[in-house]
Amino acid sequence: MTTVYDTAQLRPPALEELFETFRYRHLIVQFVRRDIITRYKRSFLGIAWSMLNPLGTMIVMTIVFSSVFSRGDSAAYPVFLLSGLLAWNFFSNSVNLIMNNMVWGSNLLTRIYVPRSAFAVASLGTGFVHLGLEVIPLVVVMLFVRVPIRWTMLFLPVPSILIMFFTLGLGLILSVIAIYFADIREMFSVILRAWLYLTPIIYPEEMLSGSRFAWLLQINPLTHLIELFRIPILEGRIPTMAEMLPGIIIALATLIFGWVFFARQADEFAYRI
Amino acid sequence: MNSLTVSESPQVVNGGSDREKAAILIEDVSVRFRLSSLKTSSVKEFAINLFKRGVAYRDFWALKDISLEIRKGEIFGLIGHNGAGKSTLLKTVARVLKPTTGRIRVNGKIAPMLSVGAGFHPELTGRENVYLNGTILGFSNRQMETKFERIVDFAELHNYIDQPLRTYSSGMRARLGFAVATDTKPDVLIIDEVLSVGDEAFRDKSAQRMRAYQEQGATTVIVSHNMNMIREICHRAGWIHQGRLRMLGEAPEVIEAYLEERRSIQKPKGA
Repeated sequence: MTTVYDTAQLRPPALEELFETFRYRHLIVQFVRRDIITRYKRSFLGIAWSMLNPLGTMIVMTIVFSSVFSRGDSAAYPVFLLSGLLAWNFFSNSVNLIMNNMVWGSNLLTRIYVPRSAFAVASLGTGFVHLGLEVIPLVVVMLFVRVPIRWTMLFLPVPSILIMFFTLGLGLILSVIAIYFADIREMFSVILRAWLYLTPIIYPEEMLSGSRFAWLLQINPLTHLIELFRIPILEGRIPTMAEMLPGIIIALATLIFGWVFFARQADEFAYRI
Repeated sequence: MNSLTVSESPQVVNGGSDREKAAILIEDVSVRFRLSSLKTSSVKEFAINLFKRGVAYRDFWALKDISLEIRKGEIFGLIGHNGAGKSTLLKTVARVLKPTTGRIRVNGKIAPMLSVGAGFHPELTGRENVYLNGTILGFSNRQMETKFERIVDFAELHNYIDQPLRTYSSGMRARLGFAVATDTKPDVLIIDEVLSVGDEAFRDKSAQRMRAYQEQGATTVIVSHNMNMIREICHRAGWIHQGRLRMLGEAPEVIEAYLEERRSIQKPKGA
């Protein structure tokens, strides 16, 4: 069995990239390992940081905002906040990691062939591992403030995967733009900050209902996606199909567009160095 | 004028099947780089440029209409001035660069030695880096498990394999990278003047391994400025000049023509 590389017989770019990414799945696992190991190798508390970090933010924000934003039920606020923060961190950390890994990867890509999307997919794998770890302090907080833990939390992988699809699509689009404009990363970190406040994470969505900014929350994809992440935790039920649909459409559309766009532009990574 | 400029093989007439058997087929390959003011750019500059005079790219053809067949088991040398496009050509064969136009076909598994140690991470241990590097080369984790001991043996790094890579000397890194990349015999070896790996003892050892692979039938493409080496080991050579294949033929003839031109350029200066 010989492998043959023939530029005359390549599949359409988006498909080729998909097949190759699957073929290099072992590499993706190694990238995830590397990201996790190197992040914690020289720190004393190691992997525990991944849990302590959102917990710390949650405690600070709860102290500051609980009297302002909680909807009467102040015990649930820390859980409301923390669940939103977990989903948000998963999104924002992964997008940043995708862009960083693409920059690191472009150095590798000039010397050896690996499917370019492998860097992005691996970044999401890393984000997903952290998200899994962060659920542990969430459960601890729920026990602490006596918010019942329900079996519907087993549904969390579904909204997580939808957020993952959206993040991957967006990350791939931004990576392509970053080929042309190196400073997109700085710009995006500013956008990300604004985006955080335009997403109902530290305040409930109803707070802005009736305000003239309410539409901003409605067109914000993360409003829908994070809501899907919260319902199983806070309301103890599985989201209805009607609630799921906008999130599914947004996530898939972003992913497909990002993937195709990236695959068609991916050769530019090598041409513009 | 050089009569050798065009491929000399008469088999080209009966065409197809023979061409498909070539280890590496390069057909009308051109590569265009886009150099532009955008390269180091920011959005602000882009906006200014757009406003002032539209976005201008400067196209640069690093390779132009290269056609070449490298036979199975052949050792093929590429020579030419710096910046002539030799490395770019190797990159298209190694799949790092997709040709802008034209076709590349490579039969079999490639070991691109452009990439010795590419993707090593300083914080990971030698062991972790072996696995990472192996998967970069397209091996599975299970394959790497069976290769691991051999790799460490060859690199002679038993005592250090669980130390982080940042503690390695550059020679140790090169040894490890070479050991991973050449553990199993590839069908196609691509070498861009990286034979000088590690200390002298290891250099001999690595040269020996490459020779052994060549004897076992691995097709080899070498870029080098060392004419003696090319003359000694290569069957045929190609001379790349300003992105074009200037001459193709038996290694000694191509080298002679290349050196002849260099002399004729240098002479007027000296006189």
